Amino acid sequence: MTGIGRMKASRPNKEGKWAWRLTGFVTLCVYIFMFAPIAATVILSFNASMFGGFPMTGFSLQWYGKLMANEAVLAAFRTSLWIALVTAVATTAIGVVTSFALVRFDFPGKQMLSTLVILPALVPETILGVGLLVLIKAVDQPRTLLLLVLGHILLAVPYVVLITQARMVGIRRVYEEAALSLGASRFSSFREITLPLLIPAVVAGALLAFTISFDNTSASLFWRPAGVETMPTQILSMLKISISPEINALGTVMILVTVGIPLIGGLIMQSLTRLKRRGEPKEEAR
Amino acid sequence: MKNRWTLYDPRLAWMLIAPVLLLLIFFLVLPIAVMAVYTFFTFVTAGVETSALTAANWHEFLTDSYYHGFLLKTLRVGAMTALLCGVLGYFPAYFIWATSFKHKWLLLLLLIVPFWISFTIRTFSWINILGEQGVINVALIKMGIISEPLPMLYTEGAVIMGLLHFLLPYMILNVYVSLESIDRTLISAARSMGCTSAQAFREVTLPLSLPGLAAGLLLCFVLAAGSYVTPQLLGSGRDALFGNLIYDTIMSELNWPMGATLSIVLFVVLGFFAAIYTRYMGMSQIVKGLGG
Repeated sequence: MTGIGRMKASRPNKEGKWAWRLTGFVTLCVYIFMFAPIAATVILSFNASMFGGFPMTGFSLQWYGKLMANEAVLAAFRTSLWIALVTAVATTAIGVVTSFALVRFDFPGKQMLSTLVILPALVPETILGVGLLVLIKAVDQPRTLLLLVLGHILLAVPYVVLITQARMVGIRRVYEEAALSLGASRFSSFREITLPLLIPAVVAGALLAFTISFDNTSASLFWRPAGVETMPTQILSMLKISISPEINALGTVMILVTVGIPLIGGLIMQSLTRLKRRGEPKEEAR
Repeated sequence: MKNRWTLYDPRLAWMLIAPVLLLLIFFLVLPIAVMAVYTFFTFVTAGVETSALTAANWHEFLTDSYYHGFLLKTLRVGAMTALLCGVLGYFPAYFIWATSFKHKWLLLLLLIVPFWISFTIRTFSWINILGEQGVINVALIKMGIISEPLPMLYTEGAVIMGLLHFLLPYMILNVYVSLESIDRTLISAARSMGCTSAQAFREVTLPLSLPGLAAGLLLCFVLAAGSYVTPQLLGSGRDALFGNLIYDTIMSELNWPMGATLSIVLFVVLGFFAAIYTRYMGMSQIVKGLGG
């Protein structure tokens, strides 16, 4: 049974070979397309030139130095970090109990809720942004940081629910029921049985919620309180002035943070599961 | 106390879903409902409106061709982006699915990495490629092919390029998920019955992957048509889309009733396309494509 995955292996023909080569070529082009701009940004961040563009005039770390001295950027970074941390924790908690209810329980309106819960991922952020602003204007409330965080939770909740739900479906309820029949309380059966089995999805969901919040731009433009800049809105306002090499340096730092955290998280998860020899499928790719 | 509760008591379920329900009601349902009411409010002057009900906003939207032009352009750009995504995204999805490459997971991981990189950064990084001092112009001038930098940035092409860059991973993952669910023995069967590989693809693989392709097209279309940052960064004033129009109406003109009207229009128009899609395809494919 080796030939199933390789359709061409069974009967190679010229036409199929060329089609396969074309597919490979387009795939390569798409990957280059995906990463070339990012690579250019990273390279340019080390450019000694005054202008944020090619050609490279020499290697320099001065833009990183300038960045570290830029108080507005640092403040925005801290703001975004806090918002993203709170969002990640809160969204994961909400997402896990929601998935638990959706998978284990039957209640009226369940179908509607599972549709409603993914809507924030499908409705354009501009609309969500305006909607919330109109609502708080109607009840005469100011824009606050809490509002921004709750908004971010709304944007991240669909993804966390989908991820944890997919894993919850695979956890058989007999385990929990066995714990219950042995005298465990509802809460401790959840904490001792369900949650440990759910951990890969919890970590993946929390990481995703973190990056969704940390990256959010359009909705944050509407929701942020006056005078507060998150990292992406700070970048946007810097871009309005000029494309300085400092922005390329900032972009590079951000890429390191947002790509590094999930990668490291995934690696830790992998080695943890390997330690426990549970043989779970890799989950960090979410 | 809990003794009277059954094992999977609906009351417990309601307690579990209470937080998400409150969030969805207060941050999704209620805002859109209030926004719908706001479309009938009267605009007095910047930032001030009264609750005197009027159809003026709707009248203005329905009669002013300025808005129609924006809407049509937005739908056109969204459709073009979605189609390009479909064509360009199918190849990598198919390649990842069919390849016997040992480190296939790496190809998948590389598709996920862009989701981790800030959308704003991914968008502005195109300035380093397309701009007057970008890779392409500098390279072409160095090689002596052109003497003046080509005006590539701040055009509709640049906007579509940026949207493609943002949406291709969504498309590829959607198609890939759908390809993964195909029973591969079907293809072997088709081949053993005498299909060429092209025929097997056309008759078996392609039709069975259509749900993923359709879900990807819808997702790309909706997200492109609702975009704000990409046209703002990569387009000129002429390339603004409906999202930019909404933002300017509210944040610059402070015309809230009109901003609400435009938001509802976009919501209804995109919802219309989504409804057509779910009518034929259901929601499940979208759910899978989003990570479920």
